[in-house]
Amino acid sequence: MKTYDIVIIGGGPAGLSAAVSAKKSGTDSILILERDKELGGILNQCIHNGFGLHTFKEELTGPEYAGRFIEQVKELQIEYKLHTMVMDISSDKVVTAMNSTDGLFEIRAGAVILAMGCRERSRGALNIPGYRPAGIFSAGTAQRLVNMEGYLPGRKVVILGSGDIGLIMARRMTLEGAQVQVVAELMPYSGGLKRNIVQCLDDYGIPLKLSHTVVEIRGKERVEGITLAQVDEKGRPIAGTEEEYECDTLLLSVGLIPENELSSGMGVELSRVTSGPVVNEGLETNIEGVFACGNVLHVHDLVDFVSEEAAAAGRNAARYVQEAGRRKGEGPDAAAERAHYGAQADRRNSVEQGENDLCKAAGRTVEIRAVDGVRYTVPSRINAERMEDIQTVRFRVGGVYKNCFVSVYLDEVRILHRKRPVMAPGEMEEVKLKREELLRHPDLKAITVKVEEV
Amino acid sequence: MGKRELICIGCPMGCPVTVEMKGDEIVSVSGNTCPRGDTYARKEVTNPTRIVTSTVKVEGGFVEMISVKTKEDIPKDKIFDCVRALKGVTVKAPVHIGDVILANVAGTGVDVVATRNA
Repeated sequence: MKTYDIVIIGGGPAGLSAAVSAKKSGTDSILILERDKELGGILNQCIHNGFGLHTFKEELTGPEYAGRFIEQVKELQIEYKLHTMVMDISSDKVVTAMNSTDGLFEIRAGAVILAMGCRERSRGALNIPGYRPAGIFSAGTAQRLVNMEGYLPGRKVVILGSGDIGLIMARRMTLEGAQVQVVAELMPYSGGLKRNIVQCLDDYGIPLKLSHTVVEIRGKERVEGITLAQVDEKGRPIAGTEEEYECDTLLLSVGLIPENELSSGMGVELSRVTSGPVVNEGLETNIEGVFACGNVLHVHDLVDFVSEEAAAAGRNAARYVQEAGRRKGEGPDAAAERAHYGAQADRRNSVEQGENDLCKAAGRTVEIRAVDGVRYTVPSRINAERMEDIQTVRFRVGGVYKNCFVSVYLDEVRILHRKRPVMAPGEMEEVKLKREELLRHPDLKAITVKVEEV
Repeated sequence: MGKRELICIGCPMGCPVTVEMKGDEIVSVSGNTCPRGDTYARKEVTNPTRIVTSTVKVEGGFVEMISVKTKEDIPKDKIFDCVRALKGVTVKAPVHIGDVILANVAGTGVDVVATRNA
């Protein structure tokens, strides 16, 4: 059986960034497994601009952003296999995969990075009654058809759901000559970014109807029309508000679900809120040496943050295999090791010597409690001793909050209280925790992240 | 004095920006977090522009289509002229990121360039 120090499942933005970072952290034996015919994942079909302002300080399109990382993967001579489907990962990290040249094969991994991304919620999840005519697409499928295959899925379009892909496709279909009549959103707020409402809907005069949903799809062979209705505060259609639209296409942009069949198959604990793995400060799951990053962990709005998160997963996986190597006594000598670790390890060593007692006291894991409007946090537990100097904790809120505060408590002590003019479920939030500060609370029992009115 | 409330589209933060106007003159821009917001707001109330992205067919590559963009932003009212000009354009592989696909699109002085390799 072939062995690699790190096997990365998925060659999209998360997998690429994790690979580059792991390699730069001193681990050479890395393999990326990708099921598509090229690296880059979903970015290849996201041809619009707006990517990379955080990472590259310039505005790129999706394929350009992916291209930057693919170049690095190639320069660093990181191995990857395309057209390769991972079938199973065992709890002791044996990866079973297949493709048409190698057949079915197994790889033993020192560490695994889960970077499979997410998939779109489909019509089946919505319980819209009616026949199953052609012409109903998820927004991402339509995006792939238009941008990569060169097909226009239809000419008269209604979009249900105001997720970013739906908004982007409203503009894209309009530019390709289709007539996008309306975007309907069940919730009283949009699920997409504000900028996309401005530049994809407002620019083209496409109406966004909040608190509306599709109650009927007409047509037997092909979609012929749909009926929209307004919904009450519980999401139930209000009788008498029905409006009929003639259309040949219905696009669904109604949410993304992390794709975790492989994770749960190997025994990774999943969060019921995010549908992604529960991870600690190192983005490590409940299985030692198995890490997760990107949309398989929790659905992101910005690829820049995916890259950042995945880079952390890559660093931590590299550290894990290096530490595991040392435990087995196979590691390089101490001097070379320090060189491998670089500044990070030097700092840690000096901290460990100086604050040995403190570290021991703080060397256990505490939960991050997401309460009062905060739906979840990633990570959801933290070990102050093992965390990096600054730990980004990302989260989403459960509703629209105006002029509220994001607060962080270490037990009863509030250490952060930041004013936020607007927060909405469609936009991911973050707080940064300082290692230094956590170490000052050696008896810490829980960290709480919440929304406060004052 | 007139006020225009905008959402900056410079990056996904989507800052709410307020522009105060006196007639056609901009008195102040506020609400932006970075200089991009200021630039965007001033342009948006005088000469709104957008980067346009689309696709063209490619022959002899390992993909059917390549993605393209206007190298810089073009006036908003030229968007449809730009996509019309791209209709029917076919390029031959190999194509590299940054290659000019259509020069001076719709008389804007801006080139359309490839955003992927093929």
